[in-house]
Amino acid sequence: MKQKNKKIDYSKWGYLFILPFFVSFFIFSFIPLVDTIRYSFFEYYRSGIKEVGPNFIGMANYISLLGSDMLKYAGNTLILWIIGFIPQIVIALLLASWFVDARLKIRGTQFFKVVIYLPNLIMASAFAMLFFTMFSTNGPINSILMSLGWISERIDFLGSVFGTRALVGFMNFLMWFGNTTIMLMAAIMGISPDIFEASEIDGCNSVHRFFYITLPLIRPILAYTLITSIIGGLQMFDVPQILTNGQGTPDRTSMTLIMFLNSHLKSRNYGMAGALSVYLFIVSGILCFFVYRMTNDNDPDGSKAAAKRARKQRRK
Amino acid sequence: MKSKMSNTFRTAFAHVVLILLSFLCLFFFYILFVNATRSHADLQKGFSARPGSYLLENFKNVANDGTFPMIRGILNSLIVSGCSAAICTYFSALTAYGLYAYNFKVKKIAFTFIMAILVMPTQVTAMGFLRLITKMGMYDSLLPLIIPSIASPAVFYFMYSYLQSSLPLSLIEAARIDGSGEFHTFNRIVIPIMKPAIAVQAIFTFVGCWNNYFVPALVIQSKDKMTVPILIATLRGADFMSFDMGKIYMMILVAIVPIIIVYLLLSKFIIAGVTLGGVKE
Repeated sequence: MKQKNKKIDYSKWGYLFILPFFVSFFIFSFIPLVDTIRYSFFEYYRSGIKEVGPNFIGMANYISLLGSDMLKYAGNTLILWIIGFIPQIVIALLLASWFVDARLKIRGTQFFKVVIYLPNLIMASAFAMLFFTMFSTNGPINSILMSLGWISERIDFLGSVFGTRALVGFMNFLMWFGNTTIMLMAAIMGISPDIFEASEIDGCNSVHRFFYITLPLIRPILAYTLITSIIGGLQMFDVPQILTNGQGTPDRTSMTLIMFLNSHLKSRNYGMAGALSVYLFIVSGILCFFVYRMTNDNDPDGSKAAAKRARKQRRK
Repeated sequence: MKSKMSNTFRTAFAHVVLILLSFLCLFFFYILFVNATRSHADLQKGFSARPGSYLLENFKNVANDGTFPMIRGILNSLIVSGCSAAICTYFSALTAYGLYAYNFKVKKIAFTFIMAILVMPTQVTAMGFLRLITKMGMYDSLLPLIIPSIASPAVFYFMYSYLQSSLPLSLIEAARIDGSGEFHTFNRIVIPIMKPAIAVQAIFTFVGCWNNYFVPALVIQSKDKMTVPILIATLRGADFMSFDMGKIYMMILVAIVPIIIVYLLLSKFIIAGVTLGGVKE
């Protein structure tokens, strides 16, 4: 009788099932993180075959990074990200609202979706290599422009600051606008059609509809897209690295933060790499917090909180 | 009438923009393909939109090149991406099921923790990771590119959302009453139910690993272990103005063609999968 009443405890299975994830995370992410933070306080690098350190030097790595070109590279990363992000979000919003607008009768929606999403899956390094060969001084782009008679002499795209940055931005735009379009489309389709119908009866034209109904209602997803794109931008590496062969040419104006980290890692300057990683960790930690709030909050646009506040006010 | 006119105009405008953007997306791949079919001497003469007849010749040159072992690289990439996709989806599903179906003390903390690290970039721990695998004797091997994918927070989150929407807990109870062991239930009942989610995530993980460059470039040193992106990077680093340009285009082509083929076969499925893991509404 006693045994029958006893409830079987399944909790050990729960622990067992989540164990591999946490063991793997602990070994391959947590220990490296602690190690990275620890060495950021040490002077520890290799010059030639001689290893210097590790000697504890406190915050010296952090301070000397602030005095180095790190802030310039942070600025580069920001500029490269913005050049790609602004056209990306504008085009994606435009396309998403067209795709879901039944009155526009767009033919071949599926075909267009397939085509615009394609660049997102292409290997970024191969794509960058392709752009490098195509935009080189005797590459196909120059010969096409010449034969069209649009230019009289060959343009050195990668020799100018503007050319290099524009190319990186353009590639990021090409690779991500399809993805963003599809995300935003799902968001717009989630809006109740009743709202659109009501607005039409009230005499709302398509421009008003876009700015006063669609945009405010997809704000949570827009914010999510923005934050994840910033995190992606912070990690920008493949495209500028391959395009400029890791040099960030011309004159390191297209050097990103991760390229800087990569060069420290390649030269085995562990102290500096550690300090730079910690800076990046802090920034991405803050961004992670925002994503966490968005994915866990069942009140992403703050409307419920506002209602609660209003109720409280009334009660008083 | 006026609004009908304006809608026709807008439709036409939308099509023009869409066609321009599609052209932009496909144009570069077209140039890549055409140039990969032409010989070096032909390419030096300038661009021509007509494909040449050197496709096979270029491919043979790439396949037989000892300095850039492309075939070997593709094989390595296939091993890394395939294994990663398999273990990443399996263990993410396992973790998601563990947190979804069972009640235990640290459940909430564990979930919150995974959500907190959902979008944490791997680059910030790269330095410690490099030192760790060197100490573990895994430097310059493919293993450190595969094993860490057991812990993939984003895939976990996707699996968890999928379980929430498609696995009733009563089903697990029923399996228990029928005498199915917990692990058996997961493998025989839960995995088949999760097949669509696993397939979507397997594709995305595969593509992500195939294209991954930062970590492999730090870990891999020897030529016969290089994955495709590293080979492309070495190609860029080499003094390649002296190279056969037809061969270079061919190398880029073979690096991206496998993914394009997979994509064209599964495009509907992939595009539908993009939004599934997105933010909850």
